[in-house]
Amino acid sequence: MEKPVTRDPGFYVMVAIGLAVMFIAPVMLDLFTIMQITQYVVLSVFALSLGYIWGFGGILSFGQAAFFGLGAYTFAVASINMGSTTIPMVLAFVIPTLFGAALGYFMFYGRLSDVYLGVVTLVVALIFWKLINHTAGPEYSIGSARLGGFNGIPSIPTLHVPGDPSAWLDPGQMFQVFMGFLLVIYVALRFLIASDFGRVSISIRENETRSSLLGYDVRKHKVIVFAIGGGIAGIAGAMWATYQAFIDPNSVSMEMSAKALVWVMAGGVGTLVGPIIGCILLQWLTLQLGTVDVVNSIAVLGAIMMVLVLALPKGIVPTARSLLLGGYILWKRNQGQAISGKVVKE
Amino acid sequence: MDYTIVVALEMVRAVAWLVLLASGLAIIFGMMRIINFAHGEFLMLGGYTVVISTGHGVNEWIAMLVLAPIVVGIFGVLVERLVIQRLYGRILDSLLATWGLSMLMIGGVTMIFGNSVTGVATPLGGMSIGAYQVPRYNFVLIFAAIALLLAIWAVLKFTKAGLIARATMQNPDMSEALGIPTRWVYMATFGIGSAITGFAGALLAPLTGVVPTMGVNFIAQSFITVITGGASVITGTLSAATLLGSISQGMTFLTGPVYGDAALLLAALVLLRLLPQGITGRIFKKSL
Repeated sequence: MEKPVTRDPGFYVMVAIGLAVMFIAPVMLDLFTIMQITQYVVLSVFALSLGYIWGFGGILSFGQAAFFGLGAYTFAVASINMGSTTIPMVLAFVIPTLFGAALGYFMFYGRLSDVYLGVVTLVVALIFWKLINHTAGPEYSIGSARLGGFNGIPSIPTLHVPGDPSAWLDPGQMFQVFMGFLLVIYVALRFLIASDFGRVSISIRENETRSSLLGYDVRKHKVIVFAIGGGIAGIAGAMWATYQAFIDPNSVSMEMSAKALVWVMAGGVGTLVGPIIGCILLQWLTLQLGTVDVVNSIAVLGAIMMVLVLALPKGIVPTARSLLLGGYILWKRNQGQAISGKVVKE
Repeated sequence: MDYTIVVALEMVRAVAWLVLLASGLAIIFGMMRIINFAHGEFLMLGGYTVVISTGHGVNEWIAMLVLAPIVVGIFGVLVERLVIQRLYGRILDSLLATWGLSMLMIGGVTMIFGNSVTGVATPLGGMSIGAYQVPRYNFVLIFAAIALLLAIWAVLKFTKAGLIARATMQNPDMSEALGIPTRWVYMATFGIGSAITGFAGALLAPLTGVVPTMGVNFIAQSFITVITGGASVITGTLSAATLLGSISQGMTFLTGPVYGDAALLLAALVLLRLLPQGITGRIFKKSL
């Protein structure tokens, strides 16, 4: 049972932490570190997109990177053509959302089961990856933007103040704007999950047949959840594109989809904080391992994924939560015993 | 006329290719409802077995037809014992775990052999049909696909082992109650599915070259074929491979290989919208 968001102290704590990081970090930390953690912020948004559709809609997408990449490429092509970044940011949400709705229509109205769903989403991402990889020649260009195949699209404009293309954001401001995005998306998702719509999608996750017997249109709900997830992943992709000023087909690769899955799994399915924590923790870990030449980072990611499935299927946040709760109950009980023991003595 | 023959031959080859890619996966999936995401890496392992053993002077046919299935089969049994057996009935978890395995294998093989393409010489050379040059190896692929399907069919239909396997497939609890050690059946099935995958990987190696990441190129085609085919191993694989193979190969002839893949996916998506349980979920229901 989800508590109303406004009565959950955890929600305020999270928002407070977010705001604190957003305003204090650029003052406290040096430029390089800021740029490093901007990366975590962007990828956290991506993790949230999968964390939402998987944890609160029961839709396990194995090709979430398709939306990430679609958003990134949409943003890149649109911003290079327009010379502005405001409308492309909107497009990077709208187009992946529409694509998610279309794909979702085929999958959910076809009543594909979980397994098939996973495989179809993965295959879509793979085909997308293959198509983009083959767009190397000059004939593949949209407007003045060349798609560039496996070489990617370079010199993507940096984010600027809406309406004034000459007012670039410096890295500190970019970090703050992205933190703002992350916070807004987190808050919006919390409210969405607590709304009637969110409750119905959770009930669908729990028991599809029962929800449809109660009169809810399961297919429509799932399409909408899936499309929203796609749109959020699209925004993350656009943020990634403008942060790196460069985008290549790796953003659509299986590795990218797998990373999102591992983050959500590690952090905990069915929470929104979990995916963010999982993302930051594992990205930091891969960054550390990347400096060691002997171990291949893909192998490590794979090993982590296997170990997580076998040993910690619930993820960090739910496990920690139940441990804390269990500890709290034990503590309470002990206190109770201590008090009652005193009473007996007296 | 010659051109028509060449095109027809290419279409049949495309179908054979899909049959080879998907058979091992179809056995594992059809029987155990385990989707092995490391399928592409099992193919890769088969390819590497050929490269390494021919490098040590083993005859290439022995390497392809004998060594690769044995090596990958044994590897499959190991994987089943260590990982898969803990995950029966947890389909999504098994997907995630095998995906992890796939990345582990890609990373591991890259660490050992490096991230470069090793070529394998195509045996047998070419022959000419009219004005066109066609590799003889194409016939090997087609023949191997036919032989493979026939062998699976014969084993499932006529042997005691096949009967036990089918019984376990249909109702594991009842089979267990009748004294069949279903755990061992599962293990053997996974091993045989892996062996077939290794065989396929070995056969494909001369055409594609061998590289740690090669699995990614095949995994989409394999999965789409198995899913479109539905639960029955032989009819499903054959019908889906025929349909998708001719569509994608036809598209490739008309436009180019990239759109061939895209056409394959689109055809599969539309088909799944119409037949969510796959082809054999609606048509040829009782078939093997």
